[in-house]
Amino acid sequence: MKIAVCVKQVPDSWAEKKMVNGLLDRVNVDAVLNDLDEYAVEEALRIAEAHGGNEEGGANTVTVISMGPERATEAVRKALSMGANDAILVNDGALAGADALATSAVLAKVISDGGYDIVICGTESTDARMSVVPAMISARLGWGQLTFASKVAVDPAGKVSITRVTEAGVDEISAAFPCVISVVEKINEPRYPSFKGIMAAKKKTIEQKDLAAVGISAQSAWSQVNDATPRPARAAGIKVTDEGSGGEALVNFLAEKKLI
Amino acid sequence: MSTIFILADFAGDKATKTTAELATVAARIGTVTAIVFADTGKGAALAATVNQGPIASVLVIESADFAKHGVPAIADALANLVKGKSPAALLIASHVFGKEVAARVAVLTESGIITDAVDVSADITATQLVFGGSTTVHSKVSKGTPIITVRPNSVEADLSSASPAIENAGAEIGDAAKRSVISSSQPPVKGGRPELTEANIVVSGGRGTNGDFAAVESFADSLGAAVGASRAATDAGWYPHSHQVGQTGKTVSPQLYVACGISGAIQHRAGMQTSKTIIVVNKDPEAPLFDIADFGVIGDLFNVLPQATTGISAKKS
Repeated sequence: MKIAVCVKQVPDSWAEKKMVNGLLDRVNVDAVLNDLDEYAVEEALRIAEAHGGNEEGGANTVTVISMGPERATEAVRKALSMGANDAILVNDGALAGADALATSAVLAKVISDGGYDIVICGTESTDARMSVVPAMISARLGWGQLTFASKVAVDPAGKVSITRVTEAGVDEISAAFPCVISVVEKINEPRYPSFKGIMAAKKKTIEQKDLAAVGISAQSAWSQVNDATPRPARAAGIKVTDEGSGGEALVNFLAEKKLI
Repeated sequence: MSTIFILADFAGDKATKTTAELATVAARIGTVTAIVFADTGKGAALAATVNQGPIASVLVIESADFAKHGVPAIADALANLVKGKSPAALLIASHVFGKEVAARVAVLTESGIITDAVDVSADITATQLVFGGSTTVHSKVSKGTPIITVRPNSVEADLSSASPAIENAGAEIGDAAKRSVISSSQPPVKGGRPELTEANIVVSGGRGTNGDFAAVESFADSLGAAVGASRAATDAGWYPHSHQVGQTGKTVSPQLYVACGISGAIQHRAGMQTSKTIIVVNKDPEAPLFDIADFGVIGDLFNVLPQATTGISAKKS
């Protein structure tokens, strides 16, 4: 099987984020592989391992696909050190400020040209948090959409079945190859890259392509930010120390605020 | 006056308050048509429940493909409607289903999309709270039909009764939207507590519970609240991951948020700091979450919560 995993480099989710000129400041902040994409990488590796492996000469390959600046190679390298075979990074200055639609168009073109059987994504990036790119890729390619999977079963003969878990309930869904999967957090426990994996990843290929090489032209964002203003910081209110009546003080506060 | 589409939101076979919220926002922009997708023969019954909010008409589209193929089929039919009727905007509830439908319709109609709006003005400018609510952003769609998903519970719904005209239209669904097949569907398991993201009150526990959520749960039940947990608590396996509040978990914005034994890293704040009132109970007086608390109790949650639970029960009886 040819498996692709889409990953994104994002500001560290523990860092303060700021807007500069209507865009997220990605330069002056620590950047990491999107937490939620690690589950996608792990799931891809497990699927490969369950069906003949992805070692040299194995039955499967796991390719990491990403879009971002040169710096995104760090996040891609982490996915490679977990065990993915190789990577494609679409890196083009014209993509700065790309929205989800433009991003999905680029990813879909790369995926379509790569001839993959399945594509696995995280459910969202921890920066934009839109949760729309996997559905957009599926719509663009006309491939089956198997998103928000808490369980994935792959029949290498060409079929994927998932358990989809959302606030609307639990669905069992299946689709033939090729299809787009997104996996929820905690579908698995992502492995830590081993020392061997980290060393091996240094030798793996990250193919960097600009838009011309991908064969798609830059699409401007179809929504624009008019203004972005930091909200006033919340001020600390009343603080009491529990000396035996802390619970009562809490109840009195709730009553005063008419919350009970 | 222009027509605005809203995708009617249902829980089971009844329209939700979110449908009225979408209508309330849409009515600022134009005349509201609520779109109802239903299984064959079920449309009239569903449409009859779309009876609150400023809704001028309901458009019912029936097909067995909606239950069989889910999001892609609904999005395909909706995109074809949008192409045919050119509404001035399309508003959809901002949950997983709504955002995925919106995503696909945006691709199919070549339209811009904005998700997780907390408000939309008459000139179709969307307000979003980003980065865990620390920044307010106003934005506009500049291409195609503006597609905006609106977070449930973020606007005051006009709940006046509506008697919209009900029309029917045929479903147009392409083969590409039928590639995934749903073999079974179970409604969400309803515990005794409200859904985390829709609850008016959320009580959360963290590291300070040491794995014992009994005090947190009893206190939550006395308030009729949903129970949340910090990432530390869910990572430790103390509480189901589906209850995690924070940047990699759920974002909540209730009237009241009570954080118990949670120090309040940015990661957690990002999921709760737009809550209207915040109460913090923590043994550690230096816990950063006290900085944004309207009311803080420095104390052991195992003493404070049971006393508060008793106090609330006494007031209610």
